[in-house]
Amino acid sequence: MTRRRLVVDEIARVEGEGALDLEIEAGRVTQARLRIFEPPRLFEALLRGRDHREAPDIAARICGICPVAYQLGAAQAMEQALGVRVGPAVRSLRRLLYCGEWIESHALHIVLLHAPDFLGYPDGMRMARDHPAAVEAGLALKRFGNDVLRTLGGREIHPVNVRVGGFHRWPRAAELEPLAARATAARAQALQLLRWASHFDFPAFERDYEFVAMRAPDGYPLNEGRIVSSAGIDIDLAEFDRHFAEHQVAYSTALHAGIRGRGAYLVGPLARYALNFDRLPAEVQALAREAGLGPVCRNPFRSILVRAIEVIYACGEIERLIADLRRRSAPPVSPIALRAAIGQGCTEAPRGLCHHRYEIDATGTIAGARIVPPTSQNQASIEADLRDLAGRHLETSDEDLRALCERAIRNHDPCISCSAHFLTLSVRGR
Amino acid sequence: MSTPARPTLAVWKFASCDGCQLSLLDAEADLLALGDRVDIAHFAEATSHVAPGPYDLSLVEGSVATARDAARILAIRAQSKRLVTIGACATAGGIQALRNFANTAELLAAVYPDPRTLDVLAEVTPIRAHVPVDFELPGCPVDRGQLLEVIAAMLAGRPPAIATHSVCVECKQRGTTCVLVARGVACLGPVTHAGCGAICPAYDRGCYGCFGPMETADPAALAKAWARLGIADRERRRALHAYCPAIEPFRSAGAERDP
Repeated sequence: MTRRRLVVDEIARVEGEGALDLEIEAGRVTQARLRIFEPPRLFEALLRGRDHREAPDIAARICGICPVAYQLGAAQAMEQALGVRVGPAVRSLRRLLYCGEWIESHALHIVLLHAPDFLGYPDGMRMARDHPAAVEAGLALKRFGNDVLRTLGGREIHPVNVRVGGFHRWPRAAELEPLAARATAARAQALQLLRWASHFDFPAFERDYEFVAMRAPDGYPLNEGRIVSSAGIDIDLAEFDRHFAEHQVAYSTALHAGIRGRGAYLVGPLARYALNFDRLPAEVQALAREAGLGPVCRNPFRSILVRAIEVIYACGEIERLIADLRRRSAPPVSPIALRAAIGQGCTEAPRGLCHHRYEIDATGTIAGARIVPPTSQNQASIEADLRDLAGRHLETSDEDLRALCERAIRNHDPCISCSAHFLTLSVRGR
Repeated sequence: MSTPARPTLAVWKFASCDGCQLSLLDAEADLLALGDRVDIAHFAEATSHVAPGPYDLSLVEGSVATARDAARILAIRAQSKRLVTIGACATAGGIQALRNFANTAELLAAVYPDPRTLDVLAEVTPIRAHVPVDFELPGCPVDRGQLLEVIAAMLAGRPPAIATHSVCVECKQRGTTCVLVARGVACLGPVTHAGCGAICPAYDRGCYGCFGPMETADPAALAKAWARLGIADRERRRALHAYCPAIEPFRSAGAERDP
């Protein structure tokens, strides 16, 4: 009986530290594991005893790639707990800030992490020698996203302006207008990337995912909405725990999340796109079709195209939001009256749904925290991808199969640094 | 055998958020230029290409939280001609070092069904607690310009031009009115290492100390200034014990009781 064991000790071009174990026995994949050995950082425990106002900045440190996701999730959860309703100007500015993060994160993944897989390079730097125009467009786009973050938040990584109740400082018109002026060029660069990537050779591979994403009354979902799935879930974000549960696996420092009674599901660009295609403007839908995408994409290798579509959308949103903000005056920070309460916040991080739940006492001190990041939700689906894909390529050499499996992981842009911080969360409060 | 034409650079990750490594990827055009000037021999977040050591320069992000990592940093040091820590985690423990001030055994028992399977050290420590470090660059995250300066200086064999004064000096340079004196806002600027460019006061809030202590920080003087503003002792200690809690004088000054 033949038995093959393939190991990738360090998965490259992902955020954080993970390894891959694959076991094939008698012509069958018997095990496919994304093994996360990123040291647990125990954020949930560290948040306990801190003031609720500190949560956005502390939670941001979970991830240097998508800090705004954590800042907004934490701020919105605290606002919900305290009955604070921020107005339309704050909501627009938060969406604008988040567009910057989506562009920065997606451009990084498209051009430096994902595209090299399709063109056979070890990294974006080496790919740049042969594909200078695409890499330059991607880096310029990434710079634009970063400049949105820097303008609104003071710096790209761990920006400082988000607070419970609003923003510390409202941006001046003279700061916003140059961003609006650059959004058109950025959109053209994103379109250039979409068209470039649409010619890649995509492995024929589709999976029947249950997609989970947010959905709002209007617009593509970023910082607000209900939670919906392709199998009929349609819930308020406060009902998250009734439908989703996390469990611990011995080989990973990150939790696996599943839908109660069903198991694996997928969050992120493919899920958002499939569940919100009708929320994209007609011209963006047309660009997606031109790039070969239907209203639903079940091939994770093609997620690079969906990310490009989302960047195109985000560039358009930046123009629209700045126009909206032009009409609004700077709102005061919403007043806060402390009370003991539980609050939940949920947003669409670049990698997918990110759910926060906090318990605060009457002095505003955090008594409990639980954050479910996108990558821990996707782990089960990533492993299912690996089993399925490896099962179709059993004749492939070890080296090629290993490379293919690494690609299958990178398709989902996993943020391993984020996912590992929540092992603690499994155990508390359930 | 020929000697390599370009110096080799390696980037290593320990317990961290990836943000400081991302600062390098955020260098964009400068990153491509750097890729031409150095041989990036190990940088898992950016490339699948891996070359064996020794390395001319190792950049280390993150703090040491596991026995595996405590062994790994020794091996990395042995392979590195120069080793630089990048960011608050590697330099001052980072936010995860807050668990040093709780009872780790109790904490683990409370949160893990089976803590025996976990490789977690009693304390989270900065890199210098394990190996000699050639230069420590503070910041949560590091400033991109400072990071490029440190890389250039290390490869040239000269000391990096990194100011060691407080954030207060940067507020003056930026022309920001002092939020502590003029508005009575709790600000850690007077004890915090410069480097960010005094972002927080420019965004109408107090500095929250993410660059860690300046060279001659005086937390006792800060305590008096904050007390005059009527800020509770607990709030001051909590502010000092946040992003850089494993480094003196923040470590002692932020402790629940005076040592």
